[in-house]
Amino acid sequence: MDNLFILIFIPVVGALVLALTGKSASAKTLALLFPLLSLAYSLSFLFHFVPDASMQFEQQVPWISSLGIQFHVGIDGISLPLVLLTNVLVPLIILASYGRKYKGDFYALVLFMQAGLLLVFTALDAFVFYVGWEAALIPIYFICALWGGENRIRVTIKFFIYTFFGSLLMLIAIIYLHLQVPGHSYELRSFYQLALDAPTQGWIFWAFFIAFAIKIPIFPFHTWQPDTYTEAPSAGTMLLAGIMLKMGLYGLIRWLIPIAPLGVAAYGQLAIILAVIGLVYASIIAFKQQHIKRVVAYSSIAHVGLMAAGIFAWNVQGLQGAVIQMVNHGISVVGLFFVLDIIAQRLGTHDIKLTGGLAKPAPKLAAVFLIIVMGAIGLPLTNGFVGEFLLLVGIYNYGLWYAVFAGLTLILGAVYMLRLYQKTMLGETPEQNARFKDIAGTEVLVLGIIVLLVVGIGVYPKPLLHLSEAAVSQLINQVSLK
Amino acid sequence: MTDLIWIVPLLPFIGFLINGIGRNILGKPLIGIIGSGVVFVSFLLSCCLFSHVYDARQAGGDGAFTVPIFEWISAGKLSVGLSFMLDPLSSIMLLIVTGIGFLIHVYSIGYMSHDPGFGKFFSYLNLFIFFMLLLVLGSNYIVMFIGWEGVGLCSYLLIGFWYKNEAYAGAAKKAFVMNRIGDLGFLIAVFLIFTTFGSFEFSSIFPQAAGRVSGDGTLLLITLLLFVAATGKSAQIPLFTWLPDAMAGPTPVSALIHAATMVTAGIYMIARSNILFTLAPVTLQIVAGIGIATALLAAAIALTQNDIKKVLAYSTVSQLGYMFLGLGVGAFTGAFFHVLTHAFFKALLFLGAGSVIHAMSDEQDMRSMGGLKKKLPITYITMLIGTIAISGIPPLSGFFSKDEILAHAFVQNKVLWVLGFIGALFTAFYMFRMLFLTFFGEFRGSKEQAHHLHESPGSMTFPLIVLAILAAFGGLLNIPAALGGGEWLAHYLEPVFAASTAKTGEFHLEHGTEYALMAASGIAAIIMAIWAYGTYVSKKTVPVADGAERSLLSRLSYHKFYIDEIYDALIVRPLNKLSVFLYKVIDRAGIDGLVNGLGRTAEESGKGIRLLQSGNVGFYIFMMVVGVIALLVYGLIKI
Repeated sequence: MDNLFILIFIPVVGALVLALTGKSASAKTLALLFPLLSLAYSLSFLFHFVPDASMQFEQQVPWISSLGIQFHVGIDGISLPLVLLTNVLVPLIILASYGRKYKGDFYALVLFMQAGLLLVFTALDAFVFYVGWEAALIPIYFICALWGGENRIRVTIKFFIYTFFGSLLMLIAIIYLHLQVPGHSYELRSFYQLALDAPTQGWIFWAFFIAFAIKIPIFPFHTWQPDTYTEAPSAGTMLLAGIMLKMGLYGLIRWLIPIAPLGVAAYGQLAIILAVIGLVYASIIAFKQQHIKRVVAYSSIAHVGLMAAGIFAWNVQGLQGAVIQMVNHGISVVGLFFVLDIIAQRLGTHDIKLTGGLAKPAPKLAAVFLIIVMGAIGLPLTNGFVGEFLLLVGIYNYGLWYAVFAGLTLILGAVYMLRLYQKTMLGETPEQNARFKDIAGTEVLVLGIIVLLVVGIGVYPKPLLHLSEAAVSQLINQVSLK
Repeated sequence: MTDLIWIVPLLPFIGFLINGIGRNILGKPLIGIIGSGVVFVSFLLSCCLFSHVYDARQAGGDGAFTVPIFEWISAGKLSVGLSFMLDPLSSIMLLIVTGIGFLIHVYSIGYMSHDPGFGKFFSYLNLFIFFMLLLVLGSNYIVMFIGWEGVGLCSYLLIGFWYKNEAYAGAAKKAFVMNRIGDLGFLIAVFLIFTTFGSFEFSSIFPQAAGRVSGDGTLLLITLLLFVAATGKSAQIPLFTWLPDAMAGPTPVSALIHAATMVTAGIYMIARSNILFTLAPVTLQIVAGIGIATALLAAAIALTQNDIKKVLAYSTVSQLGYMFLGLGVGAFTGAFFHVLTHAFFKALLFLGAGSVIHAMSDEQDMRSMGGLKKKLPITYITMLIGTIAISGIPPLSGFFSKDEILAHAFVQNKVLWVLGFIGALFTAFYMFRMLFLTFFGEFRGSKEQAHHLHESPGSMTFPLIVLAILAAFGGLLNIPAALGGGEWLAHYLEPVFAASTAKTGEFHLEHGTEYALMAASGIAAIIMAIWAYGTYVSKKTVPVADGAERSLLSRLSYHKFYIDEIYDALIVRPLNKLSVFLYKVIDRAGIDGLVNGLGRTAEESGKGIRLLQSGNVGFYIFMMVVGVIALLVYGLIKI
């Protein structure tokens, strides 16, 4: 009954159906129906999940036997939150795009991407992982290139080549590992058992790290990100920032660190330093951005920097924090980009100077935006605090000074986020903004759900933390970097 | 009984939800009743809880009760419980927060009656009470931190309540960011505490800490970081500049948050952690030093301010400085006593100022006031009581609490006492200057303002009267033994500070010396009041216009020692410049330029083998899709 294949293939079927029905008027309804089905079905996994350290709902069939490729997938406490995140956010993102005139082809790409993401988060075979990794990239490329802003072509080509370059490095590493396994398998578990020497693990580290660092993105591999987030259509930005970047973070936890612990022992400190530099660097850049999407784009670099640092600190608190913060960041960033999309759609501009005073004509928008902003800057009793707190504890356990610099996010985050809020919502309402329409209908629904999640997880995070607790502890015990 | 403690913070939270959601549906009277009602019920419950602790103390117990609610965060060995602690210290804070909170809610019904944001205002006030109660009741540093940050949010919302004014919105942001600087200190301190003591719970940390030696390096670091947090929340050097700007908020907010409750959180937190500080004498010296420096600096600024709320704001900063001085010299009870009396008289003074502003059609400049005592008799009398109390003139409350702090300072370090004494002179002068400029002499405002002058409605004068009574008699709570008093507060709080007292020994001062100190400060305050009378009533001096020539000292004081300008030049503008530099030069031209350059090089070198390729990324991707689908199909067929 809880068949992981079905969970992964629901969106594929949906994508095919939508691609075929194409321009019909029912495309929107169908586009929501399939993700809702996925969501409902994933709840069954949630209810049947046993919160221990084991891999569950495993499915394994031979795929390309001659190459030793198995279609092997499964869920444990680390992947389940991300599977749920994907299946919660996709319908929300589709609902959030209801205001646009998208047809079946657009939604087909979104669903195809969803399948790729689910594959990445459940793969237990490196080849399946790689297929999912690329399968998620292709649709988002088209979404950005076909529906994006003015500079979309130049920007998305760069995005594609950049991330594809990273993927190739990873592919080389995967093939190398495959060849080292006795019997030539792509099994994750067989990769874990390889006891490679330190120099080999060193270059394996870099091959995976660069691939993931580009995707996340970690400084200085980040320059594709602000451009792409800015030029992508809003739904694309939400998919990229809300879910896709978690592929890279998840990859660190599931693939890079357990496969190349000696590599991490050698270069992990450098990775943390890069992540923390990126955090401070991106936060400061966010101070003066004039394009509202760019503020959140840079803030996202800062936030993922904190998560990456927490992961490389490699202790229970840091990793637990990273897992829950991946979920939290996904929820908050989708909310933020949706609010900005609403503003930009109605005002016809992304220029922070031309917004302002919107709290007067749109009090509901101002209220939900405030709650989401507070979540993003980690106010206690919002979701952001729980993750940020655990991450900082984890980083602190790694080293006091890392925590001090990473902790600057508390201050810097408040500066740029409150600036964004002030410049868009507060102040005198300019005449051209006086007739700004407050949120209504699906907008209220989407933002309402996001606000509930922000506060709900913030007040009672235990169930969510509980999902990953055992898996995280076991992973930390199993892979020692000391 | 104590099991029901969670209802105390829950009620204002429910009020927040009802008023927040129903702000446009419920009428103003109903919103006012709900908003004040929930706080009043919380107050009644707090009284019951207080009497419970009181009985326990009478029976010889320490009066501390811990009430766990649920486990909030857990990860590995780390576990944080949402859990409350009722003890003598928190029981008194409960009364202050809900009691004064209730009075200020009632006052707001009148004060905010013409404001279209009435419902929103009450919901924010209720939310504030909720977070403040969490701060006070937390049985561990994390729950305290929830409240700590939550009151910061409410402060942000209420300072920027009239958000259409860009400057007000800016003041709100400034307050939040400066508080966050302190909050980082708090968090790092908490991490250090956890790694040192393996717990966040007060009841587990303090006994362990008591076993350490004085001068312990870890404790030094922890206490310094906690003090950084306190300087943010309680507006001390160098993080005090947000508080005067916070006067942008409606006056009841200034009274409740920026005088009586939130800004004293730093003192509360240190008093709570007293054993950690007692064992870190270096930190205590810094606390005392920063405290007295802030007290003097702010008092010096208050001497020349003309905005009635600004005078009170700097006065608050200055009085908070006295409380830190008290903590620094080990007068934990004295510092907390001053928190208590200050809550009475400063809330009173702010609400009185609000009553004046209300009557003056939103005028805040004292140069346009004068002679108001006939038109606003109740406001005048109550503010007179508040002024005498804060000036340290016996037998009103401020005299006793300030005296206790200064007596400790005297024993510890005579220089601190002299400085504190000078600050007290300033205090008496600027407070009477404010009183005389506002209520005495001729009316200096416009005809229109004169026409509208009226005493405030009952909802506003009632809280004034209650607070005036408290400000007058609050000193009775802790009459020193030298005056034949029972030092009730000190005895009640004894278990909270017991571990510290055990380390430092009982405070001792000759009664004769104590009389002399009291007489000196009391008489000096009266002389300053007379001097202010001579200047502003007899000579009818009116402060000069903004642009007028000033002496150097007066200019420094009037321009607040240019501290905002210095911060702006040293921190804010360089950071903004850095932001632009990092973006344009490093990020765009530097890193991104390098990436693009690498891409172009690859493209150039690829031209040779391009013949087989179209150069169209879309085409490549199309081929990839075909490939992936082919693979999938291949796999499916095999299945």
